[in-house]
Amino acid sequence: MAASPRIIVVGGGLAGLASVIKIAEAGGNVDLFSIVPVKRSHSVCAQGGINAAKNLKGEGDTTWAHFDDTIYGGDFLANQTPVKGMCEAGPSIIDLLDRMGVPFNRTPEGLLDFRRFGGTLFHRTAFAGATTGQQLLYALDEQVRRHESEGKVKKYEGWEFLSSVLDNNGVCRGICAMNLRTMDVRTFEADAIILATGGIGAIFGKSTNSVVCTGSAQSAVYQQGAYYANGEMIQVHPTSIPGEDKLRLMSESARGEGGRVWVPKKLNDPRPANNIPAADRWYFLEEWYPKYGNLVPRDVATRAIHKVVYEHGLGIDGQPMVYLDLTHIDKETLNRKLEGILEIYEKFVGDDPREVPMKIFPGMHYTMGGLWVDFQQMTNIPGIFAAGEAEYNYHGANRLGANSLLSCIYGGFQAGPNALAYAKSLAAAPGDGGHSSEKLRQEELNQRLVSSSGTENPFRIWRELGESMTKNVTVIRYNKNIQETDNKIVELLERFRNINLGDKSTWANTSFAFTRQLYNMLQLSRVVAQGAQLRDESRGSHYKPDFPERDDERFLKTTKANFAPDADEPRFEYEAVDTQFIKPRPRRYDAAK
Amino acid sequence: MAVAENIQNREAHKEFTKNGTAGKRVKLEIKRQDGPDGKARWDKFDIPWKPGMNVISAMMDIATDPVTVDGQQTTPITYDSNCLEEICGSCAMLINGRARMACSALVDNFEQPIKLEPLSKFPLVRDLSVDRGVLFENLKKVKAWVPIDGTYDLGEGPRVFPQVQEERYPLSNCISCCCCMEVCPQFTEDTGFVGAATIAQVRLFNDDPTGKVLKEDRLRALMGDGGIQECAFSQNCVESCPKELPLTRSISDVSRQVIVQGLKDAFTI
Repeated sequence: MAASPRIIVVGGGLAGLASVIKIAEAGGNVDLFSIVPVKRSHSVCAQGGINAAKNLKGEGDTTWAHFDDTIYGGDFLANQTPVKGMCEAGPSIIDLLDRMGVPFNRTPEGLLDFRRFGGTLFHRTAFAGATTGQQLLYALDEQVRRHESEGKVKKYEGWEFLSSVLDNNGVCRGICAMNLRTMDVRTFEADAIILATGGIGAIFGKSTNSVVCTGSAQSAVYQQGAYYANGEMIQVHPTSIPGEDKLRLMSESARGEGGRVWVPKKLNDPRPANNIPAADRWYFLEEWYPKYGNLVPRDVATRAIHKVVYEHGLGIDGQPMVYLDLTHIDKETLNRKLEGILEIYEKFVGDDPREVPMKIFPGMHYTMGGLWVDFQQMTNIPGIFAAGEAEYNYHGANRLGANSLLSCIYGGFQAGPNALAYAKSLAAAPGDGGHSSEKLRQEELNQRLVSSSGTENPFRIWRELGESMTKNVTVIRYNKNIQETDNKIVELLERFRNINLGDKSTWANTSFAFTRQLYNMLQLSRVVAQGAQLRDESRGSHYKPDFPERDDERFLKTTKANFAPDADEPRFEYEAVDTQFIKPRPRRYDAAK
Repeated sequence: MAVAENIQNREAHKEFTKNGTAGKRVKLEIKRQDGPDGKARWDKFDIPWKPGMNVISAMMDIATDPVTVDGQQTTPITYDSNCLEEICGSCAMLINGRARMACSALVDNFEQPIKLEPLSKFPLVRDLSVDRGVLFENLKKVKAWVPIDGTYDLGEGPRVFPQVQEERYPLSNCISCCCCMEVCPQFTEDTGFVGAATIAQVRLFNDDPTGKVLKEDRLRALMGDGGIQECAFSQNCVESCPKELPLTRSISDVSRQVIVQGLKDAFTI
């Protein structure tokens, strides 16, 4: 037994920081690894809010209703036990964040204010303007800084996770990481590790995700034997602002506060939006989904926008864009509740959304899939835990808006204490626990990259990957097209062998670090693509016109991919879903459920 | 069919045909340095323009074909970035001499050639990347946190009226980009001045109903050399802040608190 367990947390977003706080509070020692200073993690981008059934609006909201909305919104693919636990913990998590000083919006009486979000009829979303993720991340960052100043936490910022260190029995004994300035490769000992490494947006090239969201860490442990679950479940957010470098999120809270989505009824209507009278506007979400209106879940809204643009041909000016309109809401309310996102639109597009309707289109946003974990947040590799977007536990086939911040914090709060409990009963490692051989393996990989004298530019390979994944493995999926993408990835993996690392220096070499991530992105993309190909049904975000119905008999199952090293590709198996509390029923949003 | 990026392609095509922007280019001059001890040099680039292009996407394009205007093969630019929507605070740099975020710097709004340099008052890592760890150390010194008893369920937090929330929220929008420190004439090695960002956080936590329990510690941390007295009210900070924090107001406010605390301390010793 380890006398004083040492836990490594990889990733300094909400899930990572939440687990660090729990471990430090319980007296454990934590090493926190992050590519960027943790205060700059991607959680900072979350905008609209965090869900919890506090029932402060006299609507009779309950944690059970939150649980049911989440399961229903995820089209019954999520295991119900962990989701139930998350929804029940919601109110106490909001109270805790409030005690930490998060500047949540308030009612005149000084209580927490709540707004509406997609996939529910309740006001269940607490918010701090439209920068809720930023405010939550900072609150946890501040608490971690406090523990750090007391010597309970040691931060390794500017280090990139390369792999886990496994002993002869396949038990995790630490991590191998690379210093992004000196490019040194080192292993670090730990009795358990928690991967809280976020999303995988980069495999789609452009997404709403931050630059560091490559999925590289998840892919690395998948290639070391960890299962990856429901990889095909990719959320495309209905409202993003297209850009050259990324797709910027336009929060669901815009619709939560009354924003309306519409297109001109007339094809190529030349009038500016404000001059088009109500009679000539088509509020298609409100027409098709009278009960939920603009607040249908994201997968439903995204498909509706696609339909209007590509089947009805009614995109603005013939372009793939629709209006998201806030101009009917008074400016004082907009500034108080949505200022952060209005500023983003103003800065990056140049128009004031208080005056003219925004032009938006769906963009890749979130992965519901991730590392397979049990209900204790542990992967199938003993000692490797995962939390946050990096794992698959809470959102099934579609995530409801404002549930991600909750699942990150709740998952981190579970993973931390569970990792500590596991570590306390861990037997000593055989030999050196696999440290020297793992370090050698990683150094050899680096050496091979540096000495490769090919012709392929890694950034160009990445662009091709993103274009193919976005084209064939997002909103509308056909098996033939997915196959085309998988073939493309095989071609890119082949070209990767012929890589030319334009920069061979050994100091702060960002191209080198990126190229290592790129290889892992390619391997993980096959899990996403092939998982989508194999699931011949439509469920939540996964939509195949050739198989338009949900097929519970065949596919009310978790997809589990594991890596076959000899074949250098994924193998798939399926696992029953825990549906013990709520019996699966048809999911429809055109009427009350 | 594909998702949002099609818009860009189509728009690009539209611009191309409408404005005759065939051949429209962007000229950049980037100050480069291989490491803290290396020698600085300027690389010039001339790359195709795209609609909506910002400084970051220009550098992304350079990475796919890193060749200077003279046809010299070079390396992709090293710079800090992450969210690309001006909320993570990573990509601060000098653009045409002014400290600002590169992600929100749309190339059409700048005179060309666009000159990129690293922030000058922080240790250089490489090219445009610098080490701004000093801010995070300063935040430790002033105990920029709410000292809660624990994360277990202790019930609801204190009531906070909207008026208080509306004062605190803008201060909590600080993205730690350090632009306010870069432009401050007093932020030098000699003075050791903590800078405006840290002072604004002191005000934020002193105004929190629970956080104010550490108010005295925070104010004492701002006394003496490097403390709030170093501020010479140039007001550069408030002008440079990309999130428009009320920095000068915070400095005046906290300054007053520090003076009162100093008097109290003098009379209790």
